[in-house]
Amino acid sequence: MDTLIAWILRAIPFGTIIMYGAMGEIVTEKSGNLNLGVPGVMYLGGFAGFASAYLYENTVQNPNMAFCVALSLVCAFLAAMAGGLIYSFLTISLRANQNVTGLALTTFGMGVANFFGVYILDGRTATQSMVYKTFQSKLPALSRWGILGQTVFGYGFMVYAAIVLAILLHVFLNRTRTGLNLRAIGENPATADAAGISVTRYKYLATCLGAGISGLGGIYYVLDYNQGIWATTGQIEALGWLAVALVIFTTWKPLNAIWGSYLFGLLYWLYQFMPTLLGFSVPGYITDLIQMVPYVVTIVVLVVTSLRKKREDQPPASLGLAYFREER
Amino acid sequence: MSEKIHAPHEPLMRVVKRGETSSKLKIGVRLLAILLALVIDALFIYFVTGLNPFAVYGVMIGGTFSTTMRFSWAMRDLSSLLLIGIALAPAFKMRFWNIGAEGQVLMGALATAAVMVYYGGKVPNWLLFTAMLVASVLAGALWGFIPAWFKAHFGTNETLFTLMMNYVAIQIVACCVNIWRGQASGLGKLNMKSKAGWFPQIMGQRFTINLIVVAVLTVLVFCYLRYSKQGYEIAVVGESENTARYAGINVSRVIIRTMILSGALCGLTGFLIVGGRDQTISTGTAGGNGFTAIIVAWLAKFNTFTMALISFLLIFLEKGAAEIASAYNLNDFASDIIAGIILFCILGSEFFINYKVVFRSGHKEVC
Repeated sequence: MDTLIAWILRAIPFGTIIMYGAMGEIVTEKSGNLNLGVPGVMYLGGFAGFASAYLYENTVQNPNMAFCVALSLVCAFLAAMAGGLIYSFLTISLRANQNVTGLALTTFGMGVANFFGVYILDGRTATQSMVYKTFQSKLPALSRWGILGQTVFGYGFMVYAAIVLAILLHVFLNRTRTGLNLRAIGENPATADAAGISVTRYKYLATCLGAGISGLGGIYYVLDYNQGIWATTGQIEALGWLAVALVIFTTWKPLNAIWGSYLFGLLYWLYQFMPTLLGFSVPGYITDLIQMVPYVVTIVVLVVTSLRKKREDQPPASLGLAYFREER
Repeated sequence: MSEKIHAPHEPLMRVVKRGETSSKLKIGVRLLAILLALVIDALFIYFVTGLNPFAVYGVMIGGTFSTTMRFSWAMRDLSSLLLIGIALAPAFKMRFWNIGAEGQVLMGALATAAVMVYYGGKVPNWLLFTAMLVASVLAGALWGFIPAWFKAHFGTNETLFTLMMNYVAIQIVACCVNIWRGQASGLGKLNMKSKAGWFPQIMGQRFTINLIVVAVLTVLVFCYLRYSKQGYEIAVVGESENTARYAGINVSRVIIRTMILSGALCGLTGFLIVGGRDQTISTGTAGGNGFTAIIVAWLAKFNTFTMALISFLLIFLEKGAAEIASAYNLNDFASDIIAGIILFCILGSEFFINYKVVFRSGHKEVC
């Protein structure tokens, strides 16, 4: 039982990172833009969030932690949006190829975060921002309610914010006119254009805001999951690709991202907890294969949705294509 | 009834597709893009580090050209990147987004390494090399075939499928490396004593064979795409699947065949990397080149000779940035930023090759 709880306590924060990444990418892809720059955008968000918090803590006499949290969140969101803006300008205004631009953005974002990260590290291998305690602070009363309190209320506020955001996005995409307009653009921009929807404006906004949301995944990783430690590693990149996988797994529905991300978290940490759960040890090479499971599951979902051809489970029809009004 | 009827408001500028572009314009636009990127990079270097950007660029050149050794290392890395780019060219020309080169290369490398581990020293050398070659090509082709088959039959999104296949391949490699290394902390070079499966040294380097293969394949794939019937079919499928179908081309067969070819060439790259460069395998064997090569193939518009130029530019930047890093106590990640800015500029410049901007005043004369 203890193992199970420990497993869940690992899986849900892990899932939350990729949930932010995936929700941002869902918004982006609903507008028909396939942004493969998610890892780069998450790097930008994570770094900007960390850097702003770290600098604020080290320059101000008595740092106000609540302000510090807000500051880092805003900086992360804006930095990630800047990444999204580069992508939007190149793919929407200049009609560059989306896949290639996205990959270039991943390289760029990773480079920016790690290059400037070195200045903050200043020769050390890792450095810590103290604001992580505020990020991780739990509801004192609820988190002491035994097992339930631990597994349900034992996380920082961003875990719950992610769930709320998923519900809001669900309502936005399915119940509001703006959301329906956005989906129309992802399905068939020419029709949406003829209906008087400004394709360019929607695409820009969706891609930039989507990038901003993905960037929150980066800051959650650094300032909560990783206990405020910034170290120059490739970890965020792997998480970013996992977020792209999660988008497929959810069949582009934010509500599925809630349980999908936790399932991915469980699968990701399966290798560490399975031996004790099952009561026997597995050799090291098997754990490598177990880590493959999230990707294989994603492939299976991808194949099954393309086999069943259920309309509501398909990727946006014009995903990855640039729109040019005078072309037909 | 006396209200004037206003003509609809005309936008300040609008975008028109160019009919034909002269090659002079194409080259000019691209050179301007690279120049712009270098200026932005120079500003970046100056504002972040306060160093004289021209001095920094000077040091950068040394990263590739300062010694023959440096140059040959640059050539070695270039050959890996270019080979993957060449492998991707047929698939991309068909507008099949093979993002899975990283995984296809790894599978080829894994097959090569497996043959080296299990048959090294047990069979004659020529047989060993043949087995390595065949195994790597088959493994790569299989990794290309799986997504292609699903794309051809069910329309499964190939971008996402091939992307996922990379991580499956990475984990399989991690698993095998884990088995082979046993109790050791790392795998180390395979067949260290017998050197079975290592390429012979030619002109002092084991990777000379890689360079020869790359040179030959650059020409072969260029001709394949430009002059062969299959290359023509690929072009038609890429331009319009409906046209291809109407013309009697079996689209799903072309898709599967091309992806097998693309995957096989990636697998071959894995073979060359293991046999001629690393003599070992790890999850980093492809080293991100599978992704960089996508950019190379796209920017070169599937022309393998242009690919050689672009890969050289990227390798030059990478080596140069490493050189800057050690000379000025910066860090290697500068190369990612510099390369990113250059790629953004070149990608953006494509617009001015394909489209032109017409301003309001110019429009009136036409009317």
